[in-house]
Amino acid sequence: MFKDMKLTPGKTALNLAVLFLVVLWTLPTLGILISSFRDKNLISSSGWWTATQTAERPQVLRLKGSKDAVEKDGKFVISGNILQESVDGSAGTVVSFGLGTSNPRANVAGASFTAPDGKILVVNADGAYVYTSTTAFEERGQRVSIIAAVPPSFTTENYKTVLNAEGIGRSFLNSLTVAIPSTIIPILIAAFAAYALSWMELPKRGFFVAVIVALLVVPLQLSLIPLLKIYNQAGATLGISPKGYLGIWLAHTGFGLPFAIYLFRSYIAGLPKDLIESARVDGANDFRIFMRIVLPLSFPVLASFAIFQFLWTWNDLLVAIVFLGTDSEQLVLTGRLNNLLGSRGGNWEILTTSAFITIVVPVVVFFSLQRYFVRGLLAGSVKGG
Amino acid sequence: MMSQILSAIMTVVIGVGGCIVYFFGSNWLLDRALPVSANNDMQSVRNIKLQSIIRPWLFLGPALFFLTLYLIYPAIATLIWSFYDKGENFVGFANYSAVLSNQVFQASFINNALWLLIVPAACTLLGLIIAVLTDKLRWGQLARSLIFLPLAISFVGASVIWKFVYDYREKGQEQIGLLNSIVEWFGGDPQVWISMPFWNNFFLMVILIWIQTGFATVILGAALRGVPEDTIEAAYIDGAGPFKIFYRIMVPQIMGTILVVWTTITVLVLKVFDIVLSMTNGEWGTQVLANYMYRLAFIEVEFGKSAVVAIILMICLLPIMIWNIRQANADGRGGH
Repeated sequence: MFKDMKLTPGKTALNLAVLFLVVLWTLPTLGILISSFRDKNLISSSGWWTATQTAERPQVLRLKGSKDAVEKDGKFVISGNILQESVDGSAGTVVSFGLGTSNPRANVAGASFTAPDGKILVVNADGAYVYTSTTAFEERGQRVSIIAAVPPSFTTENYKTVLNAEGIGRSFLNSLTVAIPSTIIPILIAAFAAYALSWMELPKRGFFVAVIVALLVVPLQLSLIPLLKIYNQAGATLGISPKGYLGIWLAHTGFGLPFAIYLFRSYIAGLPKDLIESARVDGANDFRIFMRIVLPLSFPVLASFAIFQFLWTWNDLLVAIVFLGTDSEQLVLTGRLNNLLGSRGGNWEILTTSAFITIVVPVVVFFSLQRYFVRGLLAGSVKGG
Repeated sequence: MMSQILSAIMTVVIGVGGCIVYFFGSNWLLDRALPVSANNDMQSVRNIKLQSIIRPWLFLGPALFFLTLYLIYPAIATLIWSFYDKGENFVGFANYSAVLSNQVFQASFINNALWLLIVPAACTLLGLIIAVLTDKLRWGQLARSLIFLPLAISFVGASVIWKFVYDYREKGQEQIGLLNSIVEWFGGDPQVWISMPFWNNFFLMVILIWIQTGFATVILGAALRGVPEDTIEAAYIDGAGPFKIFYRIMVPQIMGTILVVWTTITVLVLKVFDIVLSMTNGEWGTQVLANYMYRLAFIEVEFGKSAVVAIILMICLLPIMIWNIRQANADGRGGH
């Protein structure tokens, strides 16, 4: 109660300040979400924040040429719909038009424009035009510039393109293939180790705990080259490719273990002593105690770690490109996205859509399991994100 | 594709199954080899004792194997290779002097120092402010969730998001990047943020700050809620204003947590790689140690020099490692 009273005078300012921060934090992500549903021409011609407004876009288009002209009463007439010549089909309406390439605002739609040479052009708002001349037309069509009003439109076309043509669909599966086993395998290994480090008679237990804590901060970059050498040798001996899923699953297991053991140990060591002692008195050995009592009780912390490890393996780029390589076959989403950033730097419809696909899984996991995630964060904040 | 899904499921089954078989099997074998109810009591007592000596190692075994193979051995191997050249000849400290006198390394080191100074400080400060502000709001939880959200996004994904924010078009064209659009709205000229000398480092740091502030907010928010109410009440009765209460009463009480957040983000900053790789690949003076190391190892194939950078990175992390071990020894005395 007391805390609530303290800042009452500034309540509005407080709300506004927080609102400002939230907007600041969400706008960048909102930008790619909205852009991924916009037409690619719209993305490159107007900011995503204008997506719900009608956009005015200048375009230079070409009328039909002489072979489409009709002769009537000694006049030559070409008619058609100018918007159909536009790259994105017949979207929108014509606001104004002008002959040539540089004066799209010369005449409002529906007006009749007479050129110095006597040719008459009328372009209606719906794009229908009539071009009349007393002399024969040239073979190539006349160039006309227009201002097109494009109403807000959203499309799922980008997703279709990206999932099929850009290999994102394939990479999505690859990422799942990497992340799921890499999440599950370390859990049991770490849980057993954590139990041994908290409740079993072990010489130098403190030393092992110190080693685990020390390994928490070891940058995994340190491990890459030596491991790659081991993998290459093992691959050559066994006659298999050193760059495979098995290798990356085991690597993620190894890299995830210090944090898992640290997290599990702090939880398992905090379980009530009576519980374990009384089970011992009843004659249960450590294996039974672990399987029957400790493991079921530890579910929340196991879930916390699982979320962490899933997010970490899904979002990882370095381990994936080192141990799986950059072949299209096995490329994970982050790797694909990184490649697209290089090769498709200006194609924002592809980049924003691909980026959104890569972040949708972690974001869903995060929102649905936020409670466990936060709990894990609080318990294991030595390592962190 | 179907076969890929199947093989993934198979591995999960084999991997998890293998673990279960190992743990069950080894314990079963132990119980069989040293039965607790043996023929005579002496034997039983001895077996119980032997079991309690052996069993912890069965539990710990797989973890020790993975930790040794994937972290401890590579760390030692890296240290050794840092003294060898390409042809695997011992060269003493030649790699070290070559790397230390290299200009790219020096630039990376300075950039890393900048990251280290700014990112943890900014994240902790912003996290603290947001935690305090949202604590008293009805929609505070939602606000925290939204600020926390970037933590779930990959560094590469975040790079795409921010590259879009920083997008640049020449003056006169319609800006589609948020930042340049705002700059033009205020009457400024659009800038190429990514390649702007020196300042581009800060635009890359913004990405990591954007990601990590949520982490700081959650941890510090939990710590703030643990501050005893009566200390705040007492200060209030003594006439202290909200700001004074904040930095005289609340902050000192959560200093330990602030340090944990600070060091955690510091460790992360030293490892930062993906953001620099996908935003600039170290161009325009934005190289950092982790990315430089990757470059040396996998593009220039200079394992020895790359190992040197790794060791230097490790030395930078050493103080935090020692501090963490001390903390763990001080408060981590759980178990029996």
